[in-house]
Amino acid sequence: MAWDRNQMAARAAQELEDGMYVNLGIGIPTLVANYVGDKDITLQSENGMLGMGPFPFEGEEDPDLINAGKQTITELRRTAYFDSATSFGMIRGGKIAAAILGAMEVAENGDLANWMIPGKLIKGMGGAMDLVAGVGRVIVVMDHANKHGESKLLKECTLPLTGKGVVDRIITNLGVLDVVEGGLKIVEVAEGVTEDELRAATAATIVN
Amino acid sequence: MKKVYGSAAEALDGVLFDGMTIAAGGFGLCGIPELLLEAIKQAGTKDLTFASNNAGVDDFGIGILLQTKQVKKMMSSYVGENAEFMRQYLSGELELEFNPQGTLAERMRAGGCGIPGFYTKTGVGTQIAEGKEVKVFDGEEYILERGIFADLSIVKAWKADETGNLVFRKTARNFNPPAAMCGKVCVVEVEEIVPTGSLDPDHIHLPGVYVHRLIQGEHEKRIEKVTTRPREEA
Repeated sequence: MAWDRNQMAARAAQELEDGMYVNLGIGIPTLVANYVGDKDITLQSENGMLGMGPFPFEGEEDPDLINAGKQTITELRRTAYFDSATSFGMIRGGKIAAAILGAMEVAENGDLANWMIPGKLIKGMGGAMDLVAGVGRVIVVMDHANKHGESKLLKECTLPLTGKGVVDRIITNLGVLDVVEGGLKIVEVAEGVTEDELRAATAATIVN
Repeated sequence: MKKVYGSAAEALDGVLFDGMTIAAGGFGLCGIPELLLEAIKQAGTKDLTFASNNAGVDDFGIGILLQTKQVKKMMSSYVGENAEFMRQYLSGELELEFNPQGTLAERMRAGGCGIPGFYTKTGVGTQIAEGKEVKVFDGEEYILERGIFADLSIVKAWKADETGNLVFRKTARNFNPPAAMCGKVCVVEVEEIVPTGSLDPDHIHLPGVYVHRLIQGEHEKRIEKVTTRPREEA
């Protein structure tokens, strides 16, 4: 037993507090928006929008209104639009309280790798490097192991970095861990997972 | 001074040359200067360097200039949607300089503001920092990034008046203002040119000082990924 994608997203939503301006990455992080409940959260889309709304109804797509994943979306009453330099100004300037994003690897010192696998097709980092360097808090949501069953929480990243020492908290299907002095600290284990199982599945140093 | 031209080809007459650097607005296919890109294709200008967040798709946006091998180098943050781009890059025909998205936007803005370089913490300790000056401010490391000074800016806006004051629409604004600012010459395509005086001066997104030439035209405005929700969810 462990958390599924939706349970991971629901757990990540608990990280958000009333009044926060937040940037959600692609994949499981996008699902976090479904679990914010009554909290007053404003979503940023780094292509130039605060106050991102849901997908449009069929037939109401607007080619001038997309999110950073290039999907058609809608606006809300609170929405504001701006250019890309302004958008990354608020990111780099620390005005965005948190980013929730996926990862390929996270190291015990908070290093993050999520943009490139050498030898594979290279797509680019988009806004990921700016986000992890700039926002108040970086929360990674990812599966604990890769498709070969190996821990994605490592002593050191093997892939090219997106940011150095940038991750604050990691939420996986097995639990929640914080990056602290000397390694990762277990904050919570997922339903049906023991602390021993979480430790055994983790290659990074776990500190008490 | 007359800024309004009759066609994209006319508006680009005399400003194109082989080996030039062009800053282009747009994010994905949203807000791209599609008419000007088509006119550059027709003009056949070669060895182009593009500062543009993306490279379009195979048959739209900058992709059409990749098909005709007019592009020498891309300065971009994300090029994942273009198979021809990958083919040319992997075969060594095309140079690629990855820029973090916010760094690319700020490099354009800085160039347009007469700022040759700036320090940022984006990319510190990553491949992006290799070969760049590192400076410590208040105990934190930053890397030096250069402003972009382009030969030409090509930009898409929603509306303009005859003096080149621009209004953008929704997220189609994106890279267009910073791209417009950093070129020696800025050519803009809009959906509608309105009489001077009919735009609210308080609602101009980019003042006409940045705009040299202007055309109006029909835009395809292709959508890259249509995503919708069912009606009953309302």
